Amino acid sequence: MRVQRCKGMRDLSPEEMKKFRLIEGAFRDSCLKWGYEEVKTPTLEYLHLFTSTGTLTPAMLGRVYSFLDWDGWSGERVVLRPDNTIPIARLYIDSMEEQKLAKLFYVSNAFIFEETGQKTRENWQCGAELMGVNGALADVELVMLAQEVLSKLGISKAELKLSHAGLIRAMLLELGLSPKERDEIFDRILDGDSKALSRVKPKGKEPKMALDSLLKLKGKSSGFLKNLRLQLSYNLPGLEKPLDDFINIVNLLEVLGCSYQIDITSSRGFEYYTGIIFQFFMGEEKIGGGGRYDLLIPLMGGKNIPASGFALYLDRLMNLIKPESSSQAKGQKILVRTKLDKPKAVKEGFSIASRLRQGGYVAQINLGVEGVAGFRWTLDVKEKAPQFILTDHKSGRSFKVQAWDKVLALLGEQGGDKDSTA
Amino acid sequence: MEIKIALPKGRLLGKTAALLDEAGWGLRGYYKDTRLYRLTSRRFSGLFLKVFQEKDVPIQVAVGNYDFGICGLDWVEELLVKYSSSALVKVKNLGYGAGVLYMVASRSAGVSTIEELKAKSGIIRIASEYPNLAESFASRYRLRQFSIFPLWGATEVYPPESADLALVPAGRGENFNYALAPLTEVLSFSAHLIANKSSWESKDVGDILATLYDSLDTYKEPANADKALMTEMTGGYDYGEVTGDTVWLALPDGHQQLPTAELLKKAGIEIDDYPSAIGNRRPTAKLAGVKIKVIRPQDMPLQVANGNFDLAITGRDWLMDHLYQFPSSPVRELLDLKMGRVKIVAVVSRDLPLGDINDLRRLAAERSVPLRVASEYVNIADKYARDNHLGMYRVIPTWGASEAFLPEDADLLIENTQTGRTIVKHNLKILATLFQSTACLIGSSLPSPNKAKRVNFIIETLRQTVEAI
Repeated sequence: MRVQRCKGMRDLSPEEMKKFRLIEGAFRDSCLKWGYEEVKTPTLEYLHLFTSTGTLTPAMLGRVYSFLDWDGWSGERVVLRPDNTIPIARLYIDSMEEQKLAKLFYVSNAFIFEETGQKTRENWQCGAELMGVNGALADVELVMLAQEVLSKLGISKAELKLSHAGLIRAMLLELGLSPKERDEIFDRILDGDSKALSRVKPKGKEPKMALDSLLKLKGKSSGFLKNLRLQLSYNLPGLEKPLDDFINIVNLLEVLGCSYQIDITSSRGFEYYTGIIFQFFMGEEKIGGGGRYDLLIPLMGGKNIPASGFALYLDRLMNLIKPESSSQAKGQKILVRTKLDKPKAVKEGFSIASRLRQGGYVAQINLGVEGVAGFRWTLDVKEKAPQFILTDHKSGRSFKVQAWDKVLALLGEQGGDKDSTA
Repeated sequence: MEIKIALPKGRLLGKTAALLDEAGWGLRGYYKDTRLYRLTSRRFSGLFLKVFQEKDVPIQVAVGNYDFGICGLDWVEELLVKYSSSALVKVKNLGYGAGVLYMVASRSAGVSTIEELKAKSGIIRIASEYPNLAESFASRYRLRQFSIFPLWGATEVYPPESADLALVPAGRGENFNYALAPLTEVLSFSAHLIANKSSWESKDVGDILATLYDSLDTYKEPANADKALMTEMTGGYDYGEVTGDTVWLALPDGHQQLPTAELLKKAGIEIDDYPSAIGNRRPTAKLAGVKIKVIRPQDMPLQVANGNFDLAITGRDWLMDHLYQFPSSPVRELLDLKMGRVKIVAVVSRDLPLGDINDLRRLAAERSVPLRVASEYVNIADKYARDNHLGMYRVIPTWGASEAFLPEDADLLIENTQTGRTIVKHNLKILATLFQSTACLIGSSLPSPNKAKRVNFIIETLRQTVEAI
């Protein structure tokens, strides 16, 4: 029987891993420089972390990988983490709550079932969470951090779409809906039903006007938001606070020269969002997103700690970065050849390969199957003098060398720059 | 072209038999308490039919062992709610065997809506034969912390002491036993014709289905052909007082009732109304501070692990199945009751040239499809296949009458046997004996200290009785 890969799971080939590490490297580098610290949470969590209102939408919950593990006699189900923010909030409550501010980042997978098995069910995310601080400045920092990473990767055309969960919630409240109806519509919006709001029949003239205006927000800028605030806040005071927050954020983004689109109907995401929702798109495809979730930590039993965060979707970014930005600098690779039946030469071969690696070169011992293609140099190791023959495949020249330090010196003279892949 | 159809045993058998009779299929041996599993039709020569436990039918159709099946929509939804990509098509509502799945609580618990229940703190325990539908209910209603207790049966006796909620089937308007109050309807169901997706898309069965559809117009559901969903229990029930030191004892239903009652009698523990002629699952004993429920032996280890019962009389087979699944469970065998002796065996078809498990391993390695291991003991079967390196295998859970699965619907069976006669009768043979099982008294390794005196009294009394036999 042929071996089979588990349905909906993907392998990452050497080529793909180069892209993966490049993205991860760019992301880690930025986060560390912005003062964020890396964490990792376990793959398994208890299911109940994700079940209460204000965590995952029921549609997402219906697609988690949950099961009874070896400890499951109490009926307590575990889950392959379907999301990274909730586990990080759990970690924060668990062991970091005493420190006021936590700036954390992660590179991690998340598992969500997808019916066809055509798309991957294991998704890699690079994310950052900012816990312990409220306000527009924190949200804008996260947007700018995400944008820095994208532009480092050469993804300059990503579109930033903004929405506001607090504004949607306030609007649903003004529409005179029951708590159950409000939750259902909010979930539908988050699950990607962009028409969910426009189907609502508002009770009253003011709410109807406000709703129409909100739906028309698409593509408009802060000026429109300010006009709207003026127009609505007198009759619908509940909208005032979220509108102010929204305006503060877009004002800051404008000051920072960051272009954006406002689109209330596009707000896909998580039930835990309470404020700004920001999403990055390349064409139709979402490549990352985040938002503010001030109620999540208290809901999970922690203190009243505000927080926001974002994640970039590694799997999707991998399709967007260009091969030249992922290919490594031209290799100064050296193939070290010895003869198996000449133990002294083998010993010397391992020893010089190790010195070459310390010197910054990629040195591979010939295992008997490699050709010289792809190698700049071959180094033949003999038992008798001259012990080394170094061949430069670029120039076609060969050099007889007696000692390993001479080999290094020669490589330096002939090769110039060293390989950077090590 | 052969068409394979899975038919239900049990609750829907009488009404399904009447419909197929009306359709003129000419089936021999499809009647109540039939001992035949494989049927043919006098009218359609290409038809092969097999009789299954109703809840096995959707699984058999979904995996492609059968092209069509007839079963209640409740079991179809129980599969689909968890495995939505199952290759299953709902072809036709046959209308008969209607019922409703209700989420119920005990009237004595004082909750009448889900919202009231959610307002209570702590873990909400839901007991059901439909664990997937129960879980879906819990997430749909956003219950924060909940535990699902999957059951083999006797669900109605669990609330309020052993579960907060129970998901139970009942006919519309049927009375609820044990003063249960429905909080909400979860699903209304009736018998359905279902099809395997690829069979439905590729096989022409127009003439067979036509006879079925035609007869639906004239079909009258025979009254009292099958038993009601919830057997009525006459009279009210006095729950009595339950305190923190009340000891809960679980006694088995089914064929272990008589020997169990006899043993208890010998031990001087007289139980009133056990076995019960009226389906009473709460018999009483003249033991101060001890309360009794009669439940399925299969369900006992999990219930004891969770502290819903302190002591239970079940089989070692079910204890092992539980412990193989949950090695950290606190359930322990306290006493071997030395009755109800059976062997747990690995069984294959006599038509296969297999002498021992090594031959089976070789066969599994040569095949291009996974080995199918059928068993009521899912975890014992899984461990056996794992320990014996059966390579790529799939465990098919069954709900009884497992011997009928071989040879066409499974390759290996893990089953219990007393004499081995049933196995021989079905042209099967025993490949290996896994272990001996007898009835045993089980309890928790973490007993509640304030119950210790009463618990120890029962253990000691039974120990002396067993030793005297």
